[in-house]
Amino acid sequence: MVRKAKAAPIRVLIAKPGLDGHDRGAKVVARALRDAGMEVIYAGLRQTPEEIVRAALEEDVDLVGLSILSGAHMALFPRVLRLLRTQGGAAIPVFAGGIIPDEDARRLKRLGIRAIFGPGTSLDEIVQTATKLARGPA
Amino acid sequence: MTRAPREPAAARAIVRGDRRALARAITSVENGDAAADPILRSLYARAGRARVVGLTGPLGVGKSSVLSLLVAHLRERGLSVGVVAVDPSSPFSGGSVLGDRVRFDRAPEDEGVFFRSMASRGAAGGVAVTTREVVRLLDAAGFEVVIVETVGSGQVDIAIRDIATTRVVVLVPHLGDDVQTLKAGLFEIADVFCVNKSDLPGAELAEKDLSELASFSPPRNGWRPSVVRTSAVTPAGIPELWRAIEAHEKFLDDTDGRGAMERRRLAQEIVGRARDRISADLTDRLESDPELRGLLDRVAARTLDPRSAADRLVRDLLREP
Repeated sequence: MVRKAKAAPIRVLIAKPGLDGHDRGAKVVARALRDAGMEVIYAGLRQTPEEIVRAALEEDVDLVGLSILSGAHMALFPRVLRLLRTQGGAAIPVFAGGIIPDEDARRLKRLGIRAIFGPGTSLDEIVQTATKLARGPA
Repeated sequence: MTRAPREPAAARAIVRGDRRALARAITSVENGDAAADPILRSLYARAGRARVVGLTGPLGVGKSSVLSLLVAHLRERGLSVGVVAVDPSSPFSGGSVLGDRVRFDRAPEDEGVFFRSMASRGAAGGVAVTTREVVRLLDAAGFEVVIVETVGSGQVDIAIRDIATTRVVVLVPHLGDDVQTLKAGLFEIADVFCVNKSDLPGAELAEKDLSELASFSPPRNGWRPSVVRTSAVTPAGIPELWRAIEAHEKFLDDTDGRGAMERRRLAQEIVGRARDRISADLTDRLESDPELRGLLDRVAARTLDPRSAADRLVRDLLREP
């Protein structure tokens, strides 16, 4: 596979799966990633896993970020991962943010969510981790 | 080279309807990767069939909402649709928030639609430098209608004029008085005016002002822009908007306006590409070629003026084999 030219900006999809309407966090993160020079495809509220995966593939993103505060993460995140795998997006790393109990976070990481950010995480940390995930192993 | 090279695998995949191959090729085109070259070359002959609709207008007038409803309408009519939605890149960070998918409402399993967001990546004019070629990929992939939504436009962001076959300028009530409609730029490129948010007061006045503009101005290549009122709330006017677009497309076919328009654009594109190459080459040689560097030295020392130096450069260039 041909590697991307260094100058190409990272493309990242930010989406909120499920039914909660709290998108402040997702917007703040989208803004921070933009300020770090990324192209952020902001898909917004109430996305189904099918919509998220479709957007990730059409937009050919390097990275997917999911934000959730409804508590439905154990139902929705694994579904996103599964669809990505079956539709040719297995290589796209997924990170997440929101209210996710530690025990669930451990299980989600085992399932393949690459990073999980809880309340109080600094934007710097999110930007750095996202950049590392998108660029892959150096 | 006289014979066309063999079609690359990626190009064959795109023609077969492989959406992942299409998505990747778009990324290559956007990034100027060498991988894009053979794909664009081999798909060129397959493009040129799609109706390319440009949606432009100031920010916040509802372009994305109109787009979403228009795509739904076209799907009901059985037409496949490719969408390119452009949003601005930050002049500070180079980053971008591409938010046009937020308004986009569609069944996720519908294979008849392909939606791609694009950042303008520093280009002025309302679209990215590579938007034309991305449209060409969607066209070659077989989408019957390709819709390009521009960056929220100012008065002179009219690059869409040379990409779309039908240009829709989306406006809203109370954008200004009728003198605004006389101003140059945006109002001059419309084939169809769309007065969106027509559920709000003032829509009739806006429609009247635009209709008067259309009827007073001399027709452009024989076409007078039509005016349609739409609303994404009620929703209303979308079938009428598509009829207006179709009427213009039919006009292009009936008058051979399409061929003439296409020829003019292709000439521009060829010259533009050649100019970019020559310009890059000259810039390079002005520093690296000893003779040309001497020219620059003399201009810097003010013993020669820039115009005369440019004349010399062009004379040299045109003499070369």
